Amino acid sequence: MTDSVLYSVLLLTSLGVIAAVVLYIVSKKFYVYENPLIAEVDEILPGANCAGCGSPGCKSFAEKLVNTEDISDLFCPVGGNDVMKQVAALLGKEVAEKAPTVAVVRCQGACDVRPKTTEYQGPRTCAISAMVYSGETDCQYGCLGDGDCVAVCDFDAMYMDEKTGLPVIDTDKCTSCGACVKACPRDIIEMRPKNKRDLKVFVGCLNEDKGGIAKKSCEVACIGCSKCEDVCTKGAITMHNNLAYIDADLCTLCRKCVDVCPTHSIIATNFPQKKPKKVVVKKIIEKAVEKVEAEKVKAEKTEVEKVAVVKKEIVAKVKLENPKTDA
Amino acid sequence: MLKTFPKGGIHPPENKITSSIGIKRMTVPKVVNVPIAQHIGIPAEIVVDRKDKVEIGQIIAKSGGFVSSNIHSPVAGTVTKIDQIIDTSGYKKQCIVIRTDAKNEANFEEVTYPLLKEIKLEPKEIIQRISDFGIVGLGGATFPSQVKLNVKEGTKLDCLIINGVECEPYLTADHRLMLEKAEEIVVGIKILMKALHLKKAVIGIENNKKDAISIFKNIIKKEDGIQVAALQVKYPQGGEKQLVKAILGREVPKNGLPLDVGVIVHNVGTIFAIYEAIQHTKPLTERVVTVTGKHLETPSNFWVKIGTPIKDLIAEVGGLPEGTRKLVNGGPMMGKAIKNTDVPVTKGTSGILVISEDEASRGKSENCIRCGECVSVCPMGLEPHLLMNLSEKGMYEKASNEDIMTCIECGSCSYVCPSNRPLLDYIRFGKNIVKKLQTSKN
Amino acid sequence: MSQPIIVSASPHVHSDRTSKKLMYDVVIALIPAFLVSLYVFGIGALIVTAAAVISCLVFEYLIQKYLLKSEITVGDGSALITGILLAFNLPSGIPIWMIVVGSLVAIGIGKLSFGGLGFNIFNPALVGRVFLLISFPVQMTTWPTAVENQTALADAVTGATPLGVIKEGLMFGETMSEIGSRIPSAIDMLLGITGGSIGEMSAIALLIGGIYLIIRKVITWHIPITMLVTMAVMTGIFWLVDGEHYASPVIHILSGGALLGAFFMATDLVTSPMTKKGMIIFAIGIGVITVIIRLFGAYPEGVSFAILIMNAFVPLINTYFKPRRFGSKIKVKIV
Repeated sequence: MTDSVLYSVLLLTSLGVIAAVVLYIVSKKFYVYENPLIAEVDEILPGANCAGCGSPGCKSFAEKLVNTEDISDLFCPVGGNDVMKQVAALLGKEVAEKAPTVAVVRCQGACDVRPKTTEYQGPRTCAISAMVYSGETDCQYGCLGDGDCVAVCDFDAMYMDEKTGLPVIDTDKCTSCGACVKACPRDIIEMRPKNKRDLKVFVGCLNEDKGGIAKKSCEVACIGCSKCEDVCTKGAITMHNNLAYIDADLCTLCRKCVDVCPTHSIIATNFPQKKPKKVVVKKIIEKAVEKVEAEKVKAEKTEVEKVAVVKKEIVAKVKLENPKTDA
Repeated sequence: MLKTFPKGGIHPPENKITSSIGIKRMTVPKVVNVPIAQHIGIPAEIVVDRKDKVEIGQIIAKSGGFVSSNIHSPVAGTVTKIDQIIDTSGYKKQCIVIRTDAKNEANFEEVTYPLLKEIKLEPKEIIQRISDFGIVGLGGATFPSQVKLNVKEGTKLDCLIINGVECEPYLTADHRLMLEKAEEIVVGIKILMKALHLKKAVIGIENNKKDAISIFKNIIKKEDGIQVAALQVKYPQGGEKQLVKAILGREVPKNGLPLDVGVIVHNVGTIFAIYEAIQHTKPLTERVVTVTGKHLETPSNFWVKIGTPIKDLIAEVGGLPEGTRKLVNGGPMMGKAIKNTDVPVTKGTSGILVISEDEASRGKSENCIRCGECVSVCPMGLEPHLLMNLSEKGMYEKASNEDIMTCIECGSCSYVCPSNRPLLDYIRFGKNIVKKLQTSKN
Repeated sequence: MSQPIIVSASPHVHSDRTSKKLMYDVVIALIPAFLVSLYVFGIGALIVTAAAVISCLVFEYLIQKYLLKSEITVGDGSALITGILLAFNLPSGIPIWMIVVGSLVAIGIGKLSFGGLGFNIFNPALVGRVFLLISFPVQMTTWPTAVENQTALADAVTGATPLGVIKEGLMFGETMSEIGSRIPSAIDMLLGITGGSIGEMSAIALLIGGIYLIIRKVITWHIPITMLVTMAVMTGIFWLVDGEHYASPVIHILSGGALLGAFFMATDLVTSPMTKKGMIIFAIGIGVITVIIRLFGAYPEGVSFAILIMNAFVPLINTYFKPRRFGSKIKVKIV
């Protein structure tokens, strides 16, 4: 009995010792030198591994930061200027300061303004349905609505609005990693400067069709009328292929273009009072109100007419009953 | 035992409703929309302007590169505009819109060409003519024919195979053409044999077209070197690689061409177009199109001008029946569903299929039950369930190692899958990505 | 057009086979065997089968609805088959609460814990069965004999299966010729007048079901035939060498779960290999392991264990036995 206990203890101990020796030798022999700075930089980086910087992960970005001489081109969009400053201080290199950006969805083609003319059947991912054809609506530039962008967002900053069928970006959570921009087969999502208080003015449409066709496929499409181009005093708006584009660097957020756009395809976000979506909604509400009022008026008219007829009848009756009074 | 390819394949219901209906000439459309990207490769370059008058057979778009093709005006008339029109790809593409001149008699003449057997042109001239006259593979792939025929010096080549298989259900365009133009097709074969200095040609026809087989057997009695191979009915026998394997027993290597095993394959429609181009100097401006569907009033085969809007074709067969839910350009296995009826007929349109509600809807995709049916029907020896999984999960490198690129997109796997899984959709997607990765690497 | 036209990628037609139809074909194929057991064991067989089927369906529903909160797929027929196959592997006198436990293990652990239909590695019915066999060996090997009156419940104190008799006999040093008189004749085993689980009674009924499945193309011949041939060859060799200590291949194939396993359990679509080559390897493996367990193991019967063991190898088989790629071997002579 004691023998077997002793043997097993000895056996296990000797196994342990042998394994330790082997491990020690291997770790010495195959040791790879790594710059300790890399680990330090990696520590500073956000660790989201989102690949927004262009490197596959934070570790490889750290390697790149340490190993390249001039890192002014490199930027971590998630960490932003703060992180880059820390990295620069650690490495003693220069970094360029960048204005924070945020993703915007450049399509307003919700279900009610952009009718579906066909039905797509197959895997519900934008990448595949874009391969099959130009989409369920007649607009071949706009959002396909299958949410590839939402699926790739690592920061929970996007969701699909069930009513409109369009993706919505939570600008507070958006780190501008650019994953959604890459995922979108239609290139609807663009990175634009966040500005103060997240004020942005941009064209919410990518339709390059001629005005009539564009308008037919989507009520809020840019019809290429170039009114915005004319009204812009800073030359920030350019027209290309029947489509307006606002250069964010030149734009002063004056919002003149927003007011002149006949199809309300220019979006201004987070400005007081006027919110872009409301414009569309307002228009619809106005229309509806008008319709209701028109009907009311019509109803009133008929009511008035009815009353008049009844009045006449009563008068006639009264006349009949009291023929003498008049006479 | 009839010949066929050994591995995989399916037997979808044939539904060849129109096989006994002769090819009629379709009324000349008022307007044709001729897309400039009708073939695989680089789109042609437009050489006409708005308001230009064009004649039948005049070049309106010139070949844009080595793998490209000329495009000729199918009608005499006026170019009204150059517009973006949705074509069979589902996207808006450049189209030349030509209004037919109602007064020009050339549009309405029914030209009947006599059979010309003597081949006057020299091999080089033949290939040049095929290139000039915009001939592309009419089986559906629309690969410019001259590229296939430009065989490098020293390449070993011993057999021409004529693809008269037409394994797609519903379609009968090639079948009717073989019945009605057999003599011409045989002359066309001899033209190609001369051009390629070949002594052997085999016409492959599936055994469900016994009439065509017997017609060709009669004609070739007088000809040297041309044979007819009757093949067992099995989809996708019309695939080049499957056809070469079925007829000659030669296996085209992975990622290779039939040329690698000394064979060139051409569709019967292409052969007929070549015959007309060489013997009657007629460019490719029309083709046979089967307009079919179970609920159509009069499904038929037509000679159709390239660029005719599909709605004109549908009007010709009695209009869209109630409850139509899907329109397919091509056959039901490999054709593309189209978005609306303004889509024009192109050189690759072998049929228009009108599908009603009951057949149009795809079943709901369920879990893979690993029955292995897709593996056993795949004619290329692939594992579709695995490839779908890999491309769904984004493992493109592995998919490439599993030979995703050799998939011929015949759709047999999606057809048999009892769980209605969109196998081919994902495989096609995976192929696209792998192709992009490969080109970016090179 | 009232509704918009549909656009989808090719192909635009689909064969009329669906997973549901496949599942119900399996159920149809199991009917003959069920009728035989009904005849032999009377109402007990019906009670066991009904209990297994109902509890499998109920557990699938409950787990999917409340535990996984996933889509409910009770109607796809797979839980039904699991229930029937589980019942077919149980003796007719087993207490109902054990059936319920077995069903829970089969559906809960065998199937849904892997992710539901299509993701399970092991045949769920066999997982349930083996769980019960190991947990309750006595009840699981108490085989009632045939009943006189089909409405009566079987008497639970009875004989053993032919394989059990042989095993026991050989252990006590008897020879086959001595045991021979105590086991049923081959004809009896064909018809099903023997002891055993509910579903493994009649070889003929199982064969009819198996042939139906092959005709309907639900299964291919590869697995059942290879497995049976392997078993026959292996037991045949032992029998020829020493006929006194090893039973003949006929007894081995006709008795016990060999046929039920070959046609219905090993061929389970989810847990068998995808390629024909793989199927043959898989079936040979099952045959060999079954024979080894039957001849040298502690249990008289080994089909369930053999199938479960080979189930574990299926992913490996799928990885290494791929179909031959078209064009991977080039051998061409151009004249």
